[in-house]
Amino acid sequence: MTEVQPSKEVAEYTEVHRHPEPKSFLWKYIFSVDHKVIGIQYLLLAVVAVFVGMALSLLVRLRLVCPECSYPLLGQFFPVGAPEGVMTPEFYLAMLTMHGTVMVFMVLTTAPQGGFGNYFLPIQIGAADMAFPRLNMLSFWTTFVSFLLLMAAFVVEGGAPMSGWTGYPPLSALPEATLPGIGQDLWLASIAVFCIASLLGALNFIVTTLDLRAKGLTMMRMPLTCWTWFVTAILGLLAFGVLLAAGVLLLMDRNVGTSFFVPAGLVVSDKVIDHSGGSPILWQHLFWFFGHPEVYIAILPGMGVTSHVLSTFARKTVFGYRAMVYAIAAIGGLGFVVWGHHMFVSGMSPYSAFVFSVLTMCIGVPSAIKTFNWIGTMWGGKIRFTSPMLFSIGFVSLFVSGGLSGIFLGQPTIDLYFHDTYFVVAHFHLIMGVAAIFGMFAGLTFWFPKMFGKMMNEPLNKIHFWITFIGVYAIFGPMHYLGMLPHPRRYAEITSVDYLGATGAAELHMFITVAAVLTVLAQFIFLYNFVKSIFAGKECREENPWEATTLEWAIPSPPPHDNFAGKVPHVYRGAYDFALRGAKRDFAMQCNDDKAVYGEPAPQTSGD
Amino acid sequence: MGLLIAIVVWAITLAMSVPFVTQTWWMPESITALGDEIDRAFNWTLVGTGIIFLLAQAALGYTVWQFSRPTDKPASDSHGNNKLEFLWTTAAAVIFVGLTFFGYSVWAETRFIEQKSMEPTADRLVVEVTGQQFVWNMRYAGEDNQFGPTDISLIDDAAGNPVGLDRSAPGGADDIMVPEMQVPVNKEVEVVLKSKDVLHNFFVPELRIKLDTVPGLVGKLRFTANKEGKYEIVCSELCGLGHYKMRSFLHVVSQEEYDAWIAEQASYLF
Repeated sequence: MTEVQPSKEVAEYTEVHRHPEPKSFLWKYIFSVDHKVIGIQYLLLAVVAVFVGMALSLLVRLRLVCPECSYPLLGQFFPVGAPEGVMTPEFYLAMLTMHGTVMVFMVLTTAPQGGFGNYFLPIQIGAADMAFPRLNMLSFWTTFVSFLLLMAAFVVEGGAPMSGWTGYPPLSALPEATLPGIGQDLWLASIAVFCIASLLGALNFIVTTLDLRAKGLTMMRMPLTCWTWFVTAILGLLAFGVLLAAGVLLLMDRNVGTSFFVPAGLVVSDKVIDHSGGSPILWQHLFWFFGHPEVYIAILPGMGVTSHVLSTFARKTVFGYRAMVYAIAAIGGLGFVVWGHHMFVSGMSPYSAFVFSVLTMCIGVPSAIKTFNWIGTMWGGKIRFTSPMLFSIGFVSLFVSGGLSGIFLGQPTIDLYFHDTYFVVAHFHLIMGVAAIFGMFAGLTFWFPKMFGKMMNEPLNKIHFWITFIGVYAIFGPMHYLGMLPHPRRYAEITSVDYLGATGAAELHMFITVAAVLTVLAQFIFLYNFVKSIFAGKECREENPWEATTLEWAIPSPPPHDNFAGKVPHVYRGAYDFALRGAKRDFAMQCNDDKAVYGEPAPQTSGD
Repeated sequence: MGLLIAIVVWAITLAMSVPFVTQTWWMPESITALGDEIDRAFNWTLVGTGIIFLLAQAALGYTVWQFSRPTDKPASDSHGNNKLEFLWTTAAAVIFVGLTFFGYSVWAETRFIEQKSMEPTADRLVVEVTGQQFVWNMRYAGEDNQFGPTDISLIDDAAGNPVGLDRSAPGGADDIMVPEMQVPVNKEVEVVLKSKDVLHNFFVPELRIKLDTVPGLVGKLRFTANKEGKYEIVCSELCGLGHYKMRSFLHVVSQEEYDAWIAEQASYLF
């Protein structure tokens, strides 16, 4: 039997969670408690944020190649930061800070987890909704408030903060040391509110995964996407609380006269600062205790999507599923004990560097397992080059490139040279930036037909893939060479350092900026395709256009309000049953029992 | 399509690797024995990761190309291979964790100096470096080999006392304040790092070492330069709007030149 009689508990459960479908626009699309609508809200927020973040990076790139160039339009928007269109060094730092903050928090944290996770975790585990639908709505709208607070920093007097996305005090704590204004306070408030939203979301994800799985869906049968969302949620639960505390303390240092991060005896411009007893290094410990897990919060869901997509389009089961699950857990666990590698040259005890270094190198092991298994998944398969497949292959390539530079930076002696140079910028952009974004593109192009019942334009997707894939390598590859020179990061211009002028840094910067402009332009191909396909894409009412195996492909596109239309799904097999011998098709969906796969026509098959 | 992806992945891999082989954009020459060892650690890591990089990208391209070619054979029903998995895991663990042990003695020699004396001796020169937005202040102990006490209430940039040195206190009268650092070649130098306001970072690429200057803390670095020359000190921790122009110079000179320079600096004091 494919469908079982719901037990009493199951029936009760579905009753509780089958909130009636709201009719009014406000409750259906704005303050919705439906995880699918909330998932799309998160995605739209991320799309807006990613274009803001990209625009900021473009300003940064433009100033680096031509500090004295004038952009009159910019001067109209920012008469203080860019008088007569010429960006000041402090405006450069402000754009840099906001680029990092918007990208890390509003894009890399929201889309993979809040967006795709929200939409597909309940469906992939056979649930009608998240465990706490109202809490889910609250986390999105709290995130939205956080985004507004962050954007408000642009328009207040003094402008956006300029202390970097890491906000190291005393620079971030002392208005005397930067520019007066509440930009930094808004930044901190935004981060704090974001932490609350993420904590609520994390709680919801964990409970949902543990409690709401369909009958038969053991943990070891879960799709790897669900595993990564689950582990990411645990990371979020443990990490965001720490950042929340740090953010509140710094906000207090700035506004109510406490001194958690500011020591005694500081003198700025001959003026003695009235603080005493704090430690700037304390902030770094708290920040990176969050910051390192955050890297995995950004990339783990991408890994899950990649495993999922590679298996689906290689028509082959995931190579070493168990090893993949252990690797995800190991990366998550180790992620909490390596934060000190961001602080080798911070002045913290040099003895601890050894421990942090060995633990950091250990992360290379599960990462190597994953890479090996991704290639192993495709090995012997029958690959279909859909656009999600292309982005997933790109993900693997970028993950390898970005991961290996971490082997240099994880060694304290080599970090003595490379710390705070462009080598680091290249490293983290490749791995947590663009690799994670490739994971999102893979997810979006893969699930688009399910979410909207329309297909994206495949040729446009592929053009977008090729330009972006080559583009991001052209941007971040040469940054390694800048790091070799060594070009310190966060420099508004290179005019003041003799050796940079002599060694070709300007030419490299020019190359990178040209590549960045082209790559940014290519993103409008995506934007056009995304928006157009939602409204006027080719209809795709098929339940399972990709011939995939997991539960979301067994329900209509787009899914009904309660996902499974009143039925309770039952799971009979692991998530990646491809290349079956003796079966009617080359794959079996999780909800197909053996009779449906091998025997007479199944009572309830789907897709074809 | 498979072959196209393979070719692009391979081409990108080669393009990224070539400048590392030709050393087109490279580190400036190291001027310390420890710097040479750091370079060795770097080179070993480059070889190790380089091989993994080439192999992994080559395998990715090959797999994508090979298994996308039309064939009548069904896809493999393999679920994995525990032996291969174990082999791969062990190899990765040995390579990655093994690399970390290369540089440890260098790290210890550069950084494990907290407990040792910071007093200048006959064989060791001590220079105090104080960062402030956006300049470096270098202080030498002077003839008496003793740093005078400082007091923040005496800080006055305009009057040439950026660190608040008490000239009337014992040891303070002969301290020398300069904007650039001068050290004798082949002499052990201890740099004592402080900051007046925010975080800065003392970095000399040719020395291969850097350390944050942290307000409220005293940091220490030790080096022995073995090549005369003029080297740039660049700030490597974001310190505000003038971060990009916060730099100074390290002059490594012969002992005679150094003696003459320090005597000249001392003569300005009285």
